[in-house]
Amino acid sequence: MLKKILSKAGFCGGLAFFIVFSASPFYIMLITMFKKSHDLFNPTNNPFILNEPFTAEHVKLLFTQTLYTTFLLNTLYVGVAVVLITVALSVPAAFSLARIAGRWGENLGIGIFLTYLIPPTLLFIPLSRIISVLGLQNSLWSLVLVYPTFTVPFCTWLLMSFIKSIPREIEEQALIDGCSRLGALVKVILPLSVPGIITIIVFAFTLVANEYIYALAFIQDSAKKTIGIGLTTELVRGDVFYWGALMGGALIASIPVALLYTFFLDRIISGLAMGTVRR
Amino acid sequence: MNVRRLLDRESVLAPLLLLPVVLYVVLFIGFPFVMSFVYSISNVTVGNPDFRVTGLGNFREILADKVFQKSLLNTFIFTFVSVGLVLVFAHALAEILIRDFRGKWLVRFLIMLPWTAPIALGSIGFLWFLDSLFSPLDWLLRAVGLLGKPGALFGPMSNLYWFGRPDLAMAAVIGVHVWRLLPLATVILIAGLNSIPKEITEAAQMDGAGYFRRLFQINLPLLFPVIGVSILFATFFTFTDMTVVWVLTKGGPPPHSTQVLASLAFLKGIQGGDLAQGAAVALFFFPVLAGIAAIVLRLVKKAVVI
Amino acid sequence: MAIVELKGISKSFGQVRAVDGVDVEIKDGEFLVLLGPSGSGKTTLMRLCAGLERPTGGSIVIDGSVVNDVPPRERGIAMVFQSYALYPHKTVFRNIAFPLTVEGMDKAEIRKKVEWAAGLLGIGHLLDRMPSQVSGGEKQRVAIARALVRRPKVLLMDEPLSNLDAKVRHSARDELKKFQREIGVTTIYVTHDQAEAMGLGDRIAVMHEGKVRQIGTPDDIYHYPADTFVAGFVGTPPMNFIEKDGLLTGFRPELFHPAELISDQDPVRFRFRIERVENLGAYSLAYGTIGSVKVIANLSPRLRIREGEERDFGVSRQDVRYFDKQTGAGIRR
Ligand SMILES: Nc1ncnc2c1ncn2[C@@H]1O[C@H](COP(=O)(O)OP(=O)(O)O)[C@@H](O)[C@H]1O
Ligand SMILES: [Mg+2]
Repeated sequence: MLKKILSKAGFCGGLAFFIVFSASPFYIMLITMFKKSHDLFNPTNNPFILNEPFTAEHVKLLFTQTLYTTFLLNTLYVGVAVVLITVALSVPAAFSLARIAGRWGENLGIGIFLTYLIPPTLLFIPLSRIISVLGLQNSLWSLVLVYPTFTVPFCTWLLMSFIKSIPREIEEQALIDGCSRLGALVKVILPLSVPGIITIIVFAFTLVANEYIYALAFIQDSAKKTIGIGLTTELVRGDVFYWGALMGGALIASIPVALLYTFFLDRIISGLAMGTVRR
Repeated sequence: MNVRRLLDRESVLAPLLLLPVVLYVVLFIGFPFVMSFVYSISNVTVGNPDFRVTGLGNFREILADKVFQKSLLNTFIFTFVSVGLVLVFAHALAEILIRDFRGKWLVRFLIMLPWTAPIALGSIGFLWFLDSLFSPLDWLLRAVGLLGKPGALFGPMSNLYWFGRPDLAMAAVIGVHVWRLLPLATVILIAGLNSIPKEITEAAQMDGAGYFRRLFQINLPLLFPVIGVSILFATFFTFTDMTVVWVLTKGGPPPHSTQVLASLAFLKGIQGGDLAQGAAVALFFFPVLAGIAAIVLRLVKKAVVI
Repeated sequence: MAIVELKGISKSFGQVRAVDGVDVEIKDGEFLVLLGPSGSGKTTLMRLCAGLERPTGGSIVIDGSVVNDVPPRERGIAMVFQSYALYPHKTVFRNIAFPLTVEGMDKAEIRKKVEWAAGLLGIGHLLDRMPSQVSGGEKQRVAIARALVRRPKVLLMDEPLSNLDAKVRHSARDELKKFQREIGVTTIYVTHDQAEAMGLGDRIAVMHEGKVRQIGTPDDIYHYPADTFVAGFVGTPPMNFIEKDGLLTGFRPELFHPAELISDQDPVRFRFRIERVENLGAYSLAYGTIGSVKVIANLSPRLRIREGEERDFGVSRQDVRYFDKQTGAGIRR
């Protein structure tokens, strides 16, 4: 009996510890964005609660006096464009790797997956040259062009394993029922792959929202910045931090991305961990 | 009609569908990858497009550079300490999250936040959390008497100045890496734990095996491949990352206390315009990444057999 | 008129010769059963006819033209897979309608044809359901309706009854035969169940290791097996074999009787030592030996025999078959 209580207490304690550990920065963001400056900039005030009535001044500042909405929109534009490119490249490739190409297709699939292990920090120097040769510095198009380097390999792999799980006979039935190879892909495999395709859309989008390094390297123009670099470079002017706005901006942009990601987490993780994690 | 027949041929259709991806990968991953090797043995800079091969000079210069040595050391310290801590925490967290309880969805959402929210934004939270004057963490330490009094554990000053002291700045960077990777490692581990037959765990609990015995004698051996995967990803993300360092410290406090390979390559190659040296610095990722790739390859081959 | 002709058809997967030189002609409206143990190449042969595999040798002729390079959709065939392969995201109606939709037929026409096919198989009330909402037997009917709706020249079926439970299987077999006769579609039907083959087939092709061992009417196959493989595979319990005068002598258990009951003046006689008797109601099986060879007799349960006794048994001369000892090939006398 005592043991049971102890184990229960340990469980709750552990749970509380990890929730505090993981979520406290976001909690601080939440509190800070609604704190009056007078409250915020007094080191003796409790930073974990509102000591004075809440204020929307920081949020107002964020949306009216900064380029925050521009950053958000830029991220959205780039995200949508990258998602479109990723889907357009990954879907046919995944179909081909999963179903048509034989032995060499499997090796090519692994090869494409391995390119995911070449990090942006290794590629950004030559890519910055390519971007400047193409005259795309300071353009969102530079990001649209480069971001698929990290979305396409993984999404192709993820979708390939998804398509492999669709019974082959369904596709053959479509061939018998009068479809061409391509017709069977479009009319039968594609509709059945919708859950997989939604997963790669979400994943590609969250990767774009996460990206920092290429944006930092290619974009200097304030009005062209995406959310990550926008917040860290435009709302921090030398030593002047717009703390309330900064925290609010980070939190407001984080939550939708995190919600989306969490919803698809299991599918993405099982793709990340490949077949080694059997379910 | 003829085109339709042609498209029915697997030997035509398969390459056709793959062509766009292969072209893209070759142009935007393969080509730059090769170029980073070429750059590293050249004298190329942004201002000087005149290109000459200079052999291994860049590497010699870099290896003799104190800043580079410091960055290389930091990169390894950050990676190993972070990954080690992540593994220990992740196992504990996985054992908690694998249970069923009310409100699990919300708990999961909160605990996953460091991984699911964009890391640059999460790091911004830490900027305030560890601010030199207003740090909530310092406030907490002061409130419980560990800071700001004579004889307090962390000293008599009112603040710790996290990003002003080399050791604390490094601790902060490591802390944020652990914070960020813990959720990822945990979900991978949970997926693995779920694949262990219930009877084994139950039998172990029945035999009265405690946490550490379960960890070392049952879970670790059975989860070896899964733990391998978490280690690989944790290593990969920490080793090649510069976002955390860049947002928190920009490599500071001087002299380069938290500089890592990635941020150094950025400093030299992008901000300094010395493409050749920047590429040479970044290439030091290569052996480690090749090692990771080799292990992943073996895991994938095995997975295909499974 | 033969509608499907297989001429020296072969298919290898690497080292495995799944189909090894098969020659078969299937006549218009005929119900041909491919019978053989698992792994004998039946499915592969059927997939070759469908165009899902390309032969490594020989040619396939449908209605007089070689179709080796013709994709499935242009062969005028329909196929029912063992798993039924219903499209999980389409309703029963849209499943059956799919082949017509692909053709671009107009809506009213499609509805008429789907209703005809559904009526034929008695699944008119299921049209709005999803495949996950119908039973195994119903799935099978949907799959057959989808196959028939286009009025194919040839209907291919790969073990369509093997996923049904024993009760449903019997009635499904009966109906299958009935509607096949009704619409007279040329049918190739794969099964490993010899009772199913005997019951359904106009002719049966018995396959083993990629080769057709014998092709003929169920009667032929049963009473005049071409070799020991066919003789042993068809019939339960299988044919008995005894070595005699340098040949293998074969006879069916139900034609093996106590000598005094045989009307033939001069039957082939054996001394049968009965070891065990199983009374199965309709008949009983007597297990025993002739010399040292194990033999089974299928007897009337009214016959009084005791375990352990040794009796004179025999087979009427016309019911005995002879096979070559080495090759197992049948010898006509
Ligand atoms: N796609 C394939 N790849 C390799 N071997 C195959 C393939 N399909 C069938 N085989 C082999 O061909 C032989 C015949 O198989 P199959 O036609 O499925 O037999 P059946 O349907 O009579 O059970 C088997 O040995 C099988 O392993
Ligand atoms: Mg088969």
